[in-house]
Amino acid sequence: MMEERSYPHAPQKEQHNSDSNKSSYCIVVRDVHKYFGDKHVLKGISLEIPYGKIYGLLGPSGCGKTTMVKIIAGLLEATSGEVDVLDEPMPQLSLMNKLGYMAQSDALYGTLTAGENLRFFGSIYGMNKGEIKKRIREVMALVNLSNDIDKPVQHYSGGMKRRLSLAMAILHHPPVLVLDEPTVGIDPLLRKDIWAELNKIAAQGVTILVTTHVMDEAEKCHQLAMMRDGRIIAKGTSRELQERIGVNSLEEAFLYYGGQQDES
Amino acid sequence: MRVRALAFRILNQFRHDRRTLALMLVAPVFLLTLVYFILADTVPIVKVAVVNAPAGFEDRLEEYNVRGIRYEENEARRALELGEVIAAIRIIGGKSYIDIDGSNPAKAKVALAAMEQARTSLMLSRADLKSQVNYVYGQEDLPTFDNFGATLIGFIIFFFVFLVSGISFLQERNSGTLEKLLSTPIRRWEIVVGYVLGFGIFTVLQSFLISWFCVYGLKVMMIGSFALILLITLLTAIIALTLGILMSTLANNEFQMIQFIPLIIVPQIFFSGLFDLPAGIEVIGYVMPLYYIADALTEVMIKGNGFAFIAGDLGVILAYSVLFMTLNTLLLKKYRRV
Repeated sequence: MMEERSYPHAPQKEQHNSDSNKSSYCIVVRDVHKYFGDKHVLKGISLEIPYGKIYGLLGPSGCGKTTMVKIIAGLLEATSGEVDVLDEPMPQLSLMNKLGYMAQSDALYGTLTAGENLRFFGSIYGMNKGEIKKRIREVMALVNLSNDIDKPVQHYSGGMKRRLSLAMAILHHPPVLVLDEPTVGIDPLLRKDIWAELNKIAAQGVTILVTTHVMDEAEKCHQLAMMRDGRIIAKGTSRELQERIGVNSLEEAFLYYGGQQDES
Repeated sequence: MRVRALAFRILNQFRHDRRTLALMLVAPVFLLTLVYFILADTVPIVKVAVVNAPAGFEDRLEEYNVRGIRYEENEARRALELGEVIAAIRIIGGKSYIDIDGSNPAKAKVALAAMEQARTSLMLSRADLKSQVNYVYGQEDLPTFDNFGATLIGFIIFFFVFLVSGISFLQERNSGTLEKLLSTPIRRWEIVVGYVLGFGIFTVLQSFLISWFCVYGLKVMMIGSFALILLITLLTAIIALTLGILMSTLANNEFQMIQFIPLIIVPQIFFSGLFDLPAGIEVIGYVMPLYYIADALTEVMIKGNGFAFIAGDLGVILAYSVLFMTLNTLLLKKYRRV
């Protein structure tokens, strides 16, 4: 069980060894289609997510964002198309250790305390006791919950649970973070703090994929992909997307690109 | 390592959830005590082996609703051991010698009374000679609860472990923690084994308490080894646990899990050997885990038999558990292929 623990600390980009035809992207999605029964949820999605960047997936609810990130996190499989994470095809058990996933709903054990939740996942990731103890202090300080480590999670507020989920996702120092609507239900002040932290984490070389349906949050991502009805309607930085069509807000840009899709 | 972490987490959850803890430990004791006080005698169909008796004896027996069947001496003994008949009677020189299986006291009582009546109404026997009654299993006036008790211990452990483990796994699925768990490098079988281990450790405690209470508190007849009882109850817990997890994958919420009780749990009582069923229907019992659990418990507690006698039962229970665990591991594929 220990053999999969090759990524104990902050990642370096050179850490993976298939350097012959190594891509310069951390996550590559190629023409992914996903059907749930007859329902065509993802219609040919392609993404290239560079290392060490915060990449935003922006779109209204029901557009397929969660399905897309679950496929990237290895929790779902594409009907067709490929997903590579760190130059290896997903889903793969050995990649799971290098990935931190935060679901849209808080996946926490209510009867356990925050510390017990973290300790449990720490040992699942194969961290040793000392490491876990040290990391719990670090991540709980990061999300501003240092004083609530021994509190049962069922007594947490919604925002606190969200922050604990984030702490849980970064516990094992994953080089890739997949966060599904990480700031839902968090007050603006704390949201600002969390974004500051995400920037700090990204600066250490961690690649972060964030989904959101809030425009001003998408603004904070280094790069963006706009999604609608299972399709990518535009890609680029927030500024590029606006300048390309001469508008002054992401919202306008989203409406423009969305409208373009309808015409075609 | 990961299995241990998962098992430890489950124990930790129990520790924090006092109510479930109480349900698992106190409720069984409470129920068993109630049944102990409530249980009344029942009148079942009774068969008796007639080894040596004057002609017409069987007809007399029939009048008292007991069926007499002719047997050779050693065949009768075998039939008695296999439970095909409740008693064997020899009438020699007017005096009757009766071997009786007292493990089902209600049946034994009916058989004894009928044989006594049939004997005295026959000319050839001498009413003044007292019958010599030899209890092969059990003892005179074994209360009905003793017969039920062995089966009930198995049933109650089965019931509570099935319910609590099924609902725990359901919650794991519904709260999203299963998905979170599957986003880690944990293997599917590690989840299943972790659950079995976590609940297993807890149910050792539960089995011990219930068995101890029945044997020493309620003084249920128990002539076998207490260690064997613990082994049987532990395996009972494991089969209930793996079946509970399996059924929970077919339920969408806790209420639907409860709906399995009349479907999965209750029928098992009917086929566990407590009730006499028509031969055709009885066969259904052979696919039900509780049938083997009840048989093993009765063998040890009332008949005082050793491991060799229950090895077959335990083998079936274990095989079922392994089957359910394999199915669980396969079913988790629905959530993550690798």
